[in-house]
Amino acid sequence: MSETDLLKAKLPDDAPVNLEAEFEASNVKEVLDKLDRELIGLKPVKTRIREIAALLLVDRLRKQFALTSASPTLHMNFTGNPGTGKTTVAMRMAEILHRLGYAREGHLVSVTRDDLVGQYIGHTAPKTKEVIKKAMGGVLFIDEAYYLYKPENERDYGAESIEILLQVMENNRDDLVVILAGYKDRMDKFFHSNPGMRSRIAHHIDFPDYSAEELLHIAKLMLATQNYRFSADAEKAFFKYISLRMTLEHFANARSVRNALDRARLRQANRLFANASKSLSKTDLMTLEAEDILASRVFVEGKLDMDGDEGSDGVID
Amino acid sequence: MMTNPNGIVTQGQFSFLPALTDVQITAQIKYALKHGWAIGVEYTDDPHPRNTYWEMFGNPMFDLKDAAGILMEVNNCRKTFPNHYIRVTAFSSVRGVESPTMSYIVNRPKKEPGFGLVRQEADGRSIRYTIHSYATDKPEGERY
Repeated sequence: MSETDLLKAKLPDDAPVNLEAEFEASNVKEVLDKLDRELIGLKPVKTRIREIAALLLVDRLRKQFALTSASPTLHMNFTGNPGTGKTTVAMRMAEILHRLGYAREGHLVSVTRDDLVGQYIGHTAPKTKEVIKKAMGGVLFIDEAYYLYKPENERDYGAESIEILLQVMENNRDDLVVILAGYKDRMDKFFHSNPGMRSRIAHHIDFPDYSAEELLHIAKLMLATQNYRFSADAEKAFFKYISLRMTLEHFANARSVRNALDRARLRQANRLFANASKSLSKTDLMTLEAEDILASRVFVEGKLDMDGDEGSDGVID
Repeated sequence: MMTNPNGIVTQGQFSFLPALTDVQITAQIKYALKHGWAIGVEYTDDPHPRNTYWEMFGNPMFDLKDAAGILMEVNNCRKTFPNHYIRVTAFSSVRGVESPTMSYIVNRPKKEPGFGLVRQEADGRSIRYTIHSYATDKPEGERY
């Protein structure tokens, strides 16, 4: 008896099914709630993920009545500025797909151009295929996917890699979900020159930039996971810092916040060390004060911090 | 080969059983992946038992999570060499070298002529025995 026969035998036409129960059983709610809790803002992204989860869930119920439809295309495209949570969401997506039974393993393989494109003729295909095989049963996340296609160099092997990807995206839809990510304008250009890629991707999700309030919220979450916290003054100072930092160049949303916090921790340690004679309490060790943040060059000179990695030596945070 | 009821080469695991289906192969691959073993696909048209080193079909696959990728390679190999012996080998690195821990044939020629016993008359009345695959009378690539 083939699999479809088995499914047909499963439920009569008038049998009631419970979407709620199915939802509970899949444990997807847990992931979605976690997404809500840990990812601040990103309204459109969350809505879209909910929609996708709903579609997959309904699809599962339909299968119980042997209402076959082609398995949905789940390849996605995430666009947005750096530090807006594309990788994090991709990781959650892998988990959601796993819980709904669309990814057998639910792991995320994150690659860039270097992992896919070879250096000489005949090197690209095995390299790309190896990555694809590793990602099977999970999600292949291609960061800065637009680098795959370099129109200015006609001998570039990126096109070969794209061709193999397209083939796998079409033929092995059940084995692999591909998520492309990158800046919006460059991804648009990429799709413009690769219409085949565009048509094989069903979900284009744009990640908006965070507002200053959201970034402060994110900062507090980050600190909480590291067992730090702001004093009341420090929180105000950090809000001011974010507002200032947002106007400067190389601003990378949550990533800039993380770097700023790392530097604040450095200054806090330094401050504690300077008053080493005083005995310290647990609260002292946990609390970031306003002075730790106000010492940043962003305040003093209205420039980027050079004592950290931010913007110095061409390293963009 | 007269003692072998199916008249087929019996090498590696499961070789006395009927040919494995793709579902069964997937289950075996999953077992290997669960143990973290690397998996290679190999083929040959010389099935002599002492022929240990078969040709590799692509590189052995490390760090895979899912069986689909390996089954894809097996099917590619079957398409390329429909009339060869193809085996899947799993390698364990526990001993510091990649040593085979599983090996089973997943594809064989339609007709397997088997082996003949060759007697060589040596010094005095002693006789040396060896087995010879009928298939290898023909040159490589034309055997099956």
